[in-house]
Amino acid sequence: MARLAMLIDLKACVGCAACSVACKMENEVPVGGSRLWIREREMGTFPNLTVEYRPEQCAHCENPPCVPVCPTGATYQNEEGLVLVDYHKCIACSACVAACPYDARFISKAGYVEKCTFCAHRLARNEEPACVTTCPTYARVFGDLDDPDSDINKAIQAAGQGHVLRPELGLKPKVIYVNPPSKQGLTRKEAQL
Amino acid sequence: MKLQRRSFIKLSAAAVGAMGVGGVAVMSNRAKASPWYHKEVKTVYSICENCFWRCGVKVSVVGNRVYKADGYKENPKSRGMLCPRGQGAPAQTYDPDRLKKPLIRVEGSERGSGQYREASWEEALDYIAKKMLALKESHGTESIAFFGHGTGDFWFVDFLPAAWGSPNAAKPSVSLCTAPREVAAQYTFGRAIGGHEPIDWPNSKYIVLIGHHIGEDTHNTQLQEFSEARKNGAKLVVVDPRFSTAAAKADRWLPIKPGTDTALLLAWIHVLVSENLYDREYVEKYTLGMDKLIPHVKDFTPEWAEQITEIPAGVIRDVAREMAAQKPRAILPPTRHTVWYGNDTQRMRASYILNVLLGNYGREGGFYIAMPPFLEAFPTPPLPLVPAAGGCAGPAAVTEQPEGFRPRADAGKFFAQSTAIQELIEPMITGKPYPIRGLFAYGISMFHTIPNVPRTREAIKNLDLYVAIDVLPKEHVMWADVILPEATFLERYDDFVTVAHKTPFVQARFPAHEPLWDTKPGWWIARELGKRIGLEQFFPWQTFEEYLNTRLMSVGLDLETMRQMGTMVQRGRPWLTDWEKEGRLPFNTTSGKIEIYSEAFAAAGFDPLPKYEEPQPVPQGYYRLLYGRSPVHTFARTQNNPVLMEQESTNAVWLNTEEAARLGFKRGDWAFMINPDGMREGPLPVRVTERIRKDAVYITHGFGHKGKGLSLAYGRGACDAHLQNHYTLDRISGGAGLRNNFVRLEKAPRPRLRSVVQIIRERRG
Repeated sequence: MARLAMLIDLKACVGCAACSVACKMENEVPVGGSRLWIREREMGTFPNLTVEYRPEQCAHCENPPCVPVCPTGATYQNEEGLVLVDYHKCIACSACVAACPYDARFISKAGYVEKCTFCAHRLARNEEPACVTTCPTYARVFGDLDDPDSDINKAIQAAGQGHVLRPELGLKPKVIYVNPPSKQGLTRKEAQL
Repeated sequence: MKLQRRSFIKLSAAAVGAMGVGGVAVMSNRAKASPWYHKEVKTVYSICENCFWRCGVKVSVVGNRVYKADGYKENPKSRGMLCPRGQGAPAQTYDPDRLKKPLIRVEGSERGSGQYREASWEEALDYIAKKMLALKESHGTESIAFFGHGTGDFWFVDFLPAAWGSPNAAKPSVSLCTAPREVAAQYTFGRAIGGHEPIDWPNSKYIVLIGHHIGEDTHNTQLQEFSEARKNGAKLVVVDPRFSTAAAKADRWLPIKPGTDTALLLAWIHVLVSENLYDREYVEKYTLGMDKLIPHVKDFTPEWAEQITEIPAGVIRDVAREMAAQKPRAILPPTRHTVWYGNDTQRMRASYILNVLLGNYGREGGFYIAMPPFLEAFPTPPLPLVPAAGGCAGPAAVTEQPEGFRPRADAGKFFAQSTAIQELIEPMITGKPYPIRGLFAYGISMFHTIPNVPRTREAIKNLDLYVAIDVLPKEHVMWADVILPEATFLERYDDFVTVAHKTPFVQARFPAHEPLWDTKPGWWIARELGKRIGLEQFFPWQTFEEYLNTRLMSVGLDLETMRQMGTMVQRGRPWLTDWEKEGRLPFNTTSGKIEIYSEAFAAAGFDPLPKYEEPQPVPQGYYRLLYGRSPVHTFARTQNNPVLMEQESTNAVWLNTEEAARLGFKRGDWAFMINPDGMREGPLPVRVTERIRKDAVYITHGFGHKGKGLSLAYGRGACDAHLQNHYTLDRISGGAGLRNNFVRLEKAPRPRLRSVVQIIRERRG
């Protein structure tokens, strides 16, 4: 068992989208869809400004709202805590797309739902997800929240506090942000530029 | 501290098994063919060509297609990571808009009208050779100019012109980019900065960036090391009229009035000198001219600078004291693009002098001393001329060319000893000092790069021969008489890329698969053309493998070994202490020391110590046009790349919120940008933002393509070069200062543009 999670250090991230493009290439994500994207938000007034660059992707929630709504059982949670889709079973009904509060899912033209898998195929080879490997700012740490010695737990401790999007929903998302530039914490999703 | 990628999870055998089951469920599905990574994947070492940082990459190939590019740890450029452009680089090779066969302009058709017929390579090369030999007869070898940019430019801008006998060879990376910083470095340190800036970021404690694009230009290694520096606790000060990405990461942002940077630098020097905060021991040991600098900066007080820069004197003083407190681990890294206002060599000199006062050149946390790797050239008979174009590392240090050839057509216009690309346009029109009648354009984006585009178009119309060698039908390409389609970087060998570095290294590019369509590598084109114009003796090798292998023998290697390595790293001498151990210093100046005061500049009639000059003022009703980089695009080269265009399909003009309100622009509005000569660009979206001063607007460079053969790039956004009708020539470096250009904004209707996604889907059929 494990609880695999992704940490993103917003102090380091410059919003360059290397992660986003790496994801696109690695997973042959179809044109028009994105499993990983960047939000950029400016706050304040000249010259007292703050900008948040925030990559977003499926958070592989511990309490994923997409799983119970799936009528065919295509969306499931595996033993490592990954939320995955069995494309054989997916009927592209969009129930999960509507249930996801992070807009992490889309229906591909091939007729099934797509989203971030934390590069499950790479994990099987003991390689990190493509977005982690390529990040030129060392903004991403991937690892097991159940392992107290994991790099991700150390990074959360070093930062003092981890933040998640929409914590009030109680989904326990496993994309964890540290060091948001604003003292108020993460900016709201709908407040993007 | 060196950051290490570490094993992220302790996977038990059972866990791996479980993952495997999940993997099967993910991968095998009814609609999608097996993904590329489950097929037979071959790994090939290459060098990314999607920008000029040129990271070593390993690419994953299945059959005739590269699916993924990644960095590799042994390569000091990529160090295992890649930027978005590198990640997206493979997509270019499979672009259906590629040039696929040699093309010859239809007899009698006008240049720019785009009427072409397909030709064989033999016919196309014979055609060019015949015209070249006729031009040699009528106007001399110097009447053909050679422009280029990219790894293959060695053949078309260095080797071929020198073998042929034309000093009129130029790259935009010199006079439209690095020339001022490189000339200033040559005359201060006696060393180049070079294409891989020798900054010891990770060990720096205090970093001051002036107009630096880091984070927006994603030069991979530099971005990694910048991030390391910040993780290591370095303080960051960013000087920029715009709240750039770097500013967003800074401890202090100084929103300077554009064009006044030299005044700020002089004031910082003033504080270091007047408060006795500089590194006296370093200055005494390694430099000349401090005695002249002290009285020179006496009046350049922070109060004087505040009036000019609009940065409070107290802040100026505080920053100077903070940087002095961290010396020698405090640094002002030079930017790459330094052609701003025309006085740019002097601004860079001021920056270097400040660095020297911090005692950081050749010391940890400052500049390291970059050494080029050892690798011999392929032995050929001596070339008639010395290659004079220079490159990213600045102007070539050519002091004299052999007799029997006319001097460069731009000679005498400026001090530096290499060609300035923008100064070679005029002779195509006026015939003075002598006519340039032929032109090769290799890999550059002429109408996006060289200012005063109408002049360039007029010049091209005048030519007797215009040849373009490229991958895509960019607008300037479709004006050529002959178009030669080059194989992409994934399909070809290239000459080795040698990088001056802390650990000097040689990296290699191996083809991932055969060239698609009827395209050929640059080296093949150069050799085949060379054979037709009487230069066969300079191409004595029979195969390119032989060429590469022979070069590698000079370092005891062979091509097959290199194929398994990708990169060969050598030992350097990065610190002054390394040099002192050998009883010498690295400064190749006339005096052998760092020259704070430049006797050479004085002798040539230039200020031997930097002075502030006012930039041209902004005309009433206009904004200063600033421009920069997008992290997902490189200049004007990547706007037809489907993966990158999906990320960012247009530029937008940044306009200060208050100015927007005054002009009635709202979020979501579109605008035309119009310069004082009435040239109009756009329409493009208006980005209403607090992140820029009121006296300037900003766009990223590279959009606004007018080549109709570029189905994704065409007609999106605005091109800064088309608004830059004027430039201020730096009389020292030959650089074309581009920031004395101004625009006003006019409301535009939202254009009916088809979405990039829709076009990509259609292109795939």
